[in-house]
Amino acid sequence: MKAFKNPALALLGLCLLGVALNFSVNAYIQLILLFAGVNCLLSMSLNLVNGYTGQFSLGHAGFMAIGAYFSAYASTRWSFAPSSLLVVQYFVFTLGAGLVAAVAGFLVGLPSLRLKGDYLAIVTLGFGEIIRVALLNMDFVGGPRGLSGIPGFGSFLWSFAFASLWIVICFFTIWRVMHSSHGRGFLSVREDEIAAEAMGINTTRMKVKAFVLSSFFAGVAGALFAHFTNFINPSSFTFLQSVNAVIMVVLGGMGSMTGSIVAAIIITVLPEALRPLQELTGVDLRMVIYSLSLVLMMILRPKGLFGDMELSDVWRKYVRRSA
Amino acid sequence: MSDVLLEARKITMRFGGLKAVDSLEFQIKKGQLAGLIGPNGAGKTTVFNMLTGVYQPTSGEVLLEEQSLQGLAPYEISHRGVTRTFQNIRLFKNLTVLDNVLIAGHQHVKYGLFDTLLQTENFRTDEKRLQEKAIDLLKIFHLEDKAHKPATSLPYGEQRKLEIVRALATDPKIILLDEPAAGMNHSETHHLMETIAKIREEFKLTVLLIEHDMKLVMGICENIIVLDHGVKIEEGAPAKVQNSAKVIEAYLGVEEKE
Repeated sequence: MKAFKNPALALLGLCLLGVALNFSVNAYIQLILLFAGVNCLLSMSLNLVNGYTGQFSLGHAGFMAIGAYFSAYASTRWSFAPSSLLVVQYFVFTLGAGLVAAVAGFLVGLPSLRLKGDYLAIVTLGFGEIIRVALLNMDFVGGPRGLSGIPGFGSFLWSFAFASLWIVICFFTIWRVMHSSHGRGFLSVREDEIAAEAMGINTTRMKVKAFVLSSFFAGVAGALFAHFTNFINPSSFTFLQSVNAVIMVVLGGMGSMTGSIVAAIIITVLPEALRPLQELTGVDLRMVIYSLSLVLMMILRPKGLFGDMELSDVWRKYVRRSA
Repeated sequence: MSDVLLEARKITMRFGGLKAVDSLEFQIKKGQLAGLIGPNGAGKTTVFNMLTGVYQPTSGEVLLEEQSLQGLAPYEISHRGVTRTFQNIRLFKNLTVLDNVLIAGHQHVKYGLFDTLLQTENFRTDEKRLQEKAIDLLKIFHLEDKAHKPATSLPYGEQRKLEIVRALATDPKIILLDEPAAGMNHSETHHLMETIAKIREEFKLTVLLIEHDMKLVMGICENIIVLDHGVKIEEGAPAKVQNSAKVIEAYLGVEEKE
């Protein structure tokens, strides 16, 4: 549990896991694990808006797309570092991807966050689609053909370490913000906007802050996605991708960071894990089982896997008590 | 500088064709404990909503220490030092009692995002100061033992008290209490009124409270404003209000002459 408090320790642990995975599993599983890492970033960042701040955003794929395109375009055109310092270059580009996405989040958030509930969901959905359609019509990023030949990290180990680094940064940023007065401000917006305003909280500003921070990490997730797949086109960032992110947040429990992580891993791994079943039965039951498990999950645990608790709370509540 | 803290100048609130409050004027002096009373639907809560910026008055303006609050958002008015409680309790239900109070202290936070992320010394000392202050405030109403319980788990009376504590955490100049004793029994009400008088002394606060029940405010208020159908019908010391024919008429109706 100490890793929850110490970022360096958490990063070290994840890197050791990466080394272990490097030698124990095949490339196919390794790629799925990298996607799980991308999804972790997506769900953690969306949780900040949907879970903690209580604003229903459905346009997360749009910000992911912006980050992905920025980093992809930059690393194919503006490569500046010698090959020994490529890691630094990747870090700069992913950081840049996050910043560009954050600016987009600010521009989208400022007008739309005055809306509430369903209206906000529809507007963010609209913005997400606008971003995708805009990319579809921009020739310098390949239009519908997309961008190919995006350089990757070379090896699984580097990729995993890089994803781990961003996951740790994202986790601790959001965790620490949520355990500060700013985070309590986010929560107050979710709980009761009128009361929050009366207590001196600038609710619009809080919402925009959460939205910008969330977009930043969505952009980073997009950049990592681009480098892992080496190819992106606008159809990688459809509405379905946004919905997927929402599912991860809801499944993990609105307002639970560790819940988001666990749900992201489950949602990424489950459809792939069910593949052998298709060979066995000859029918594609994958999506049927996947959807059914989501339905059952929502009936049996309507507040998500962890509700608004964290893994550490669950640990304290069940494991230690029984010991 | 005059001793008037809060002043309403001909404030009017229209909802479509309905005039909820009509050209209301009053002054509240520094340190005063004033009461706003009136029968059901007289427009008392509408007045509170205008004073705190939830509604912008259709015409007229509200002044705090001779400065207009015209056009300010509710949070800005809160920063100026006007705070309130709500008639139908509006706590942050799923958060802890302590968090409820800490949120109201957000406007006094000195650390920024950078301090938060790096957990600097600045962050830790300021956060500690906030927590200590919140606990001190909770002690006034003996809620400190329940600091880490969710706000909804408190009994009704304590939720009302927590609303007052939360309002105090904004460091207000004036606190507006919207029916603080609603739903309380006689002895609880009596106790609450004593506490209100006490915190007013201790924090050098000005208090404006809405009460439905006339008898209750008579005991502690120095100045009483009586509202009926959005119009001020009487204002003054309890004794004066109590004997006013207009007030009796508003509350009890008038005997028809044969």
